Amino acid sequence: MTDIGKPLAIALQGCAKTFADGTRALEPLDLAIHAGETIVFLGPSGCGKTTTLRIIAGLEEPDAGGKVLFDGVDVTHLPIEQRNVGMVFQSYALFPNMTVAGNIGYGLKIRKTPDGQIRARVAEMLAMMQITKLADRRIDQLSGGQRQRVALARAIAVRPRALLLDEPLTALDAKLRDTLRLEIDSLLRSLGITAIYVTHDQAEAMALGDRIVVMEHGRVAQIGKPREIYQRPATRFVAEFIGTMNRLTGTTQNGVFSCRAGDLAWNEAPGHATEILFRPEDIRIAESDEASGLHGKVAAAFFLGDRTRLFVEVGEARPLVVESTARREFNHGDAVRLSIDPRGLLVL
Amino acid sequence: MRRDVQRLIFLLLPAGIFFAAFFLLPMARLFFIGGSGKTGWAAYAAILIDSHYLSSLISTLGVAAATTVATLIISGISGVFLQRHKFPGNAALVAMLTFPLAFPGVVIGFMVIMLAGRQGLIGQVTQALTGDKLVFAYTLSGLFMGYVYFSIPRTILTVMAAAEKLDPKLEEAARSLGASPWRVVLDVIIPGLKPAFISAGAICFATAVGAFGTAFTLAAKINVLPMVIYTEFTLSANIAMAAALSFVLGAVTWIVLALARTAAGSTVAAAG
Repeated sequence: MTDIGKPLAIALQGCAKTFADGTRALEPLDLAIHAGETIVFLGPSGCGKTTTLRIIAGLEEPDAGGKVLFDGVDVTHLPIEQRNVGMVFQSYALFPNMTVAGNIGYGLKIRKTPDGQIRARVAEMLAMMQITKLADRRIDQLSGGQRQRVALARAIAVRPRALLLDEPLTALDAKLRDTLRLEIDSLLRSLGITAIYVTHDQAEAMALGDRIVVMEHGRVAQIGKPREIYQRPATRFVAEFIGTMNRLTGTTQNGVFSCRAGDLAWNEAPGHATEILFRPEDIRIAESDEASGLHGKVAAAFFLGDRTRLFVEVGEARPLVVESTARREFNHGDAVRLSIDPRGLLVL
Repeated sequence: MRRDVQRLIFLLLPAGIFFAAFFLLPMARLFFIGGSGKTGWAAYAAILIDSHYLSSLISTLGVAAATTVATLIISGISGVFLQRHKFPGNAALVAMLTFPLAFPGVVIGFMVIMLAGRQGLIGQVTQALTGDKLVFAYTLSGLFMGYVYFSIPRTILTVMAAAEKLDPKLEEAARSLGASPWRVVLDVIIPGLKPAFISAGAICFATAVGAFGTAFTLAAKINVLPMVIYTEFTLSANIAMAAALSFVLGAVTWIVLALARTAAGSTVAAAG
């Protein structure tokens, strides 16, 4: 579709960041980003994900000792204007004194590209983002979604070595966010460009990332494919930050986990397990005549169309969240029996 | 529709009255007084024909324009710097930069004399260094210096307020696209500050055109319109000529400011 050169491999070596006021935004970080992959930095605000992105971009320098390598070449002290990376911001950051076409062509103008080539490239970008009609518009005449398309086109127009996206969808409404997420996904795949995407939205991270780096308090909590992060979270923080996690407390003896709501057969149970975690979709509402399982009472039920989301009181601090696709109706106070797929059980 | 028009007229009334009372009526009165002298309407022609009047008109506008440009450059650079870099004493420095506002023109003229007058600091230094004494307090250069001095405070505060609203992400976006720091200034910071530059520049220009105290203190060779009007009015008692000059001073200033605003507006539209 559009010729991006050989994708770039990025490596961070011992990159820490302490701000002038003494706050440690990032603990020393080692990370290898493969050429052509989309890596997502995910975490709550203040976890260091944006700082990491800015270090890769060249907007911040890591503390002494940290190194940023582009294809093995040390670029730590190279300012952003010489790194040739495309950036997309949450606030779009389009130039209000230029038209849409002017914005998209800006990077090429800086590079002293001949006018004819700029026009051709801008036309190509406009077509790719399906905004050809907007070419001569002023920025303040565009909607949020259109602005972010322009920002993407502007960043890609210069054929950057990597694309850095800082919460690009956060300012958009939910529906548009879904549409644009799909567009960004197919864009990144078709370009084959190395992309670094920062977000606090786990759905975005799961959908876009080849790998996800979950961050907490300036540290990496886990790096892995979306499936690994979701199914095999390395820490409690990851388990609770991504998706919904249920928790039961009790004791384990002879392959049986006992808690207030009943006993749970779990052959592989580690003897020390006093707390088990599992996802809502790993719970099944048992038929009423089944003897086994945990006892609970429906505290709240939300019919979502394709499924019902239930909050079931089982004598724990928090009710269990259960997703049921059963065709029956649930009411507040209904007694239910629950069985849990042992493959989904986690001890952290 | 008729009711709408009526309401519109009604709502415009306060502005209309203000405009009439403080602009149209005085200007009209000045205009007619200007034509009521011994020479009649020729007074107006004299401004353009008489080299004394014409040169004073030109030097007034020239000093005002130069003051505006110099002030905008100085205030633009220091305003953005002071906004961006918070250092110990920043607030005290900003307060100090604004206090020339409190000085009457006479004091500013006096300061210019102390700096660049016959016994001034610059004179002493240049005499020690080159043997020649550099004295420019009593010329247009001295006036320019004084005007820049008292124009900086107003301008710098406007620029700082505007600089605070600049989106740093815009600069980062420009840099990510390869813009050097100088290009960022040219393509992002200056366009972002343009509205502030226009409004501060307009005030700066108008003030410099009409300033009197400083010129009066420096006196002697300085030939600017407010001085000429003063001379015509008090010494020659040529009231008609003073009125004609005043009218032209007001009208020319108004035209220049209107042109500047239109030019600025059209470049914004053209760029957008």
